Amino acid sequence: MTAKKKSRNAKSRAVSLPGENALPKETPAAALPAEEETSVPARKERSFDFVNRRRWWYLLSLLVIIPGLFALGFKGLNLGIDFEGGSLIHVRFQNAVDTAEVRQALNEFGLEKAPVIQSTGENEFILRTEELSEERNGQLLAFLQQKLGSLSILRNEKVGAVIGGELTRKAAYSLIIAAILILLYITFRFEFRSGVAAVLALIHDALVVLGVFAIFQIEVDSSFIAAILTILGYSINDTIVIFDRIRENRKNYPRMDMAELVNRSINQTLARSINTVLTVIFCLVAILIFGGQTTKIFALAMLIGVISGAYSSIFVASPLWVDFLRWQKGKRKAFAGARG
Amino acid sequence: MHSRGSLIQLVAVVVLVVVAAAAAFNPIKQNINLGLDLQGGLHVVLEGVDTPDAPVTPEAMKGAMAVIRSRIDQLGVKEPIIQMEGDRRIIVELAGVQDPEEAVRVIGKTALLEFKSPQGETLLYGSELEDAQAAINPSDNKPEVHLTFRPKGAQIFAEMTTKYLHQQIGIYLDNELLTNPVVREPITDGKAVISGGYQTLQEAEHDAIMLRSGALPVKLEMVEKRTVGAILGEDSLKKSLKAGLIGIVMIFIFMLAYYRLPGVVADFSLIVYGILVLGILALLKATLTLPGIAGFILSIGMAVDANIIIYERLKEELRAGKTLMAAIDAGFGRAFWTIFDSNLTTLIGAGVLLYFGSGPIKGFAVTLGLGIIVSMFTAITFTRYVLRLIGRSRLVTNLKFYGV
Repeated sequence: MTAKKKSRNAKSRAVSLPGENALPKETPAAALPAEEETSVPARKERSFDFVNRRRWWYLLSLLVIIPGLFALGFKGLNLGIDFEGGSLIHVRFQNAVDTAEVRQALNEFGLEKAPVIQSTGENEFILRTEELSEERNGQLLAFLQQKLGSLSILRNEKVGAVIGGELTRKAAYSLIIAAILILLYITFRFEFRSGVAAVLALIHDALVVLGVFAIFQIEVDSSFIAAILTILGYSINDTIVIFDRIRENRKNYPRMDMAELVNRSINQTLARSINTVLTVIFCLVAILIFGGQTTKIFALAMLIGVISGAYSSIFVASPLWVDFLRWQKGKRKAFAGARG
Repeated sequence: MHSRGSLIQLVAVVVLVVVAAAAAFNPIKQNINLGLDLQGGLHVVLEGVDTPDAPVTPEAMKGAMAVIRSRIDQLGVKEPIIQMEGDRRIIVELAGVQDPEEAVRVIGKTALLEFKSPQGETLLYGSELEDAQAAINPSDNKPEVHLTFRPKGAQIFAEMTTKYLHQQIGIYLDNELLTNPVVREPITDGKAVISGGYQTLQEAEHDAIMLRSGALPVKLEMVEKRTVGAILGEDSLKKSLKAGLIGIVMIFIFMLAYYRLPGVVADFSLIVYGILVLGILALLKATLTLPGIAGFILSIGMAVDANIIIYERLKEELRAGKTLMAAIDAGFGRAFWTIFDSNLTTLIGAGVLLYFGSGPIKGFAVTLGLGIIVSMFTAITFTRYVLRLIGRSRLVTNLKFYGV
């Protein structure tokens, strides 16, 4: 793969960036300035071309995001009672009971809206219904008990429509505020270009998670917001680590071609990017498989987001940064050309 | 030169951490409260609703809260949380309730103030009471409660006190006897005093609040209710502990396999990290919720990140031909700002969540945020210290053991 890459590397640059002649041509590792201090690994690095194939990566991202956006637009998210209001009853029956029997019993009880019945274990069900008054809720439980035998109530929730609306509003505020704060911080620590590239990668991650949940109509609850916010804060870590390395390499190799430099930076931090995500994935998979029912949605959303975050840091944020840089340089050059 | 002293220090550190972990186990376990989602309980939000004769006022909400508090006291719940949210909402959180559904019924009950005849028939309701105030009687310095009735109530009260002169009438709140004073004379001006029986002004005030809330029954609507049965709570706790353990073991094995000796140091500093986070939670008397545990597990996965950043640097420096000690110092030096920048954004996310989130989600934000801060601290101080000790002790000099 490494051998093939070299030639394609040069070709794709020639095709995609005709106005790049002013920049130094590919700098072979051996011809690096000798006076630069440290951190040049002595041995030859394994490297993979991330930057020059960026159109493929963008395409891959869009292949996930666009169907997700369609699903969001047409079907929307499957909002749970936390957002929409309603009642939830999580029960465990003592006798063997199947979903059909529960549905039958609920039909006989007569609810205005068809309830959603989810089997979550042996004789264990989550019933989602319209908002029930305390009285009606008690009646329903008594009815189930009478029809299907003794039961224990594991969870019983009721959320009023007002509360649900508030949660939706709070969620929107918190996402916007978090994104702005992160953009500000990255701009403060790096530069505006990096901030925009990083935040675009974040939006990418948020859209991937939202899209997957919309496509598969997985029900979201309030912990979903926590997951999205954590993804925003966490998945940018990889981007920062790469940008940090780009900044350092730029100082050390001021004349290196940007694409080459970014590639090198990504490759140098690749082991870290992968390993750090792996350890988080271990935790999330453990929560998803072995954890309780109520943290599953959270773990699933986080898992998708963390994977997408690792991908977007490498394949989206850094290449975007190169694009922004070239775009600005191109503008400046065009301006200078027009003047001179 | 240093090698002997460093080796002794290293052994001492290991012993110290093990001893600290063992010693901290019980105090931590005792001081961390389990949230209502882990031991069963309920979270209820009640909202005051304006009615023609009982608009929602701060006074009324205060009264309603007092009623709820007294009811919860009757349930014998440890450390209940009853608080106002905004102007017209009351949040009640109870953990460790055996039958949360029953507790919801008790809390949701309407406050009912009744004046009963000696025979037990209700003659007058709290809705006829205009005001109740606690005061100290200037003549004998004893606390008492002054009642003022509305005109119609005053009339009924006059008839009642005439009929049952020198007998005891009962004042009941939610069917429970508050006081049963002896009628000394017929009261016709709609004002009454409950005296005797109060030891302190506080007691009198307590009853005055009760009576006022009876007199001003704010209609409370349950806009949110979440109950978790004790079985599910226990189940969730067991499952999430198991999940956490599996996640941690996987991280330990991974770090060991990939980073070798520094991996052992990382695993070791994860233990220190765990003690610190749980210890701080215990010191803060924090309540651990299910999302809180998830946040803690997640933060362990994230805490390793600082170590990974440092070790990758360390490897690079070693490959570049630096000596072990120089590589360790350079690795930490270069990694610091990277770690700081990358963690700060996660902290921003946790902070926003803490501000906007509610209940259990706040618990998640707390453990996550705390975890991030502590992980930076342990990586930069503890991991560095131990690695330098190993470097100086020359215990292991073969670079293979550093994953190079």
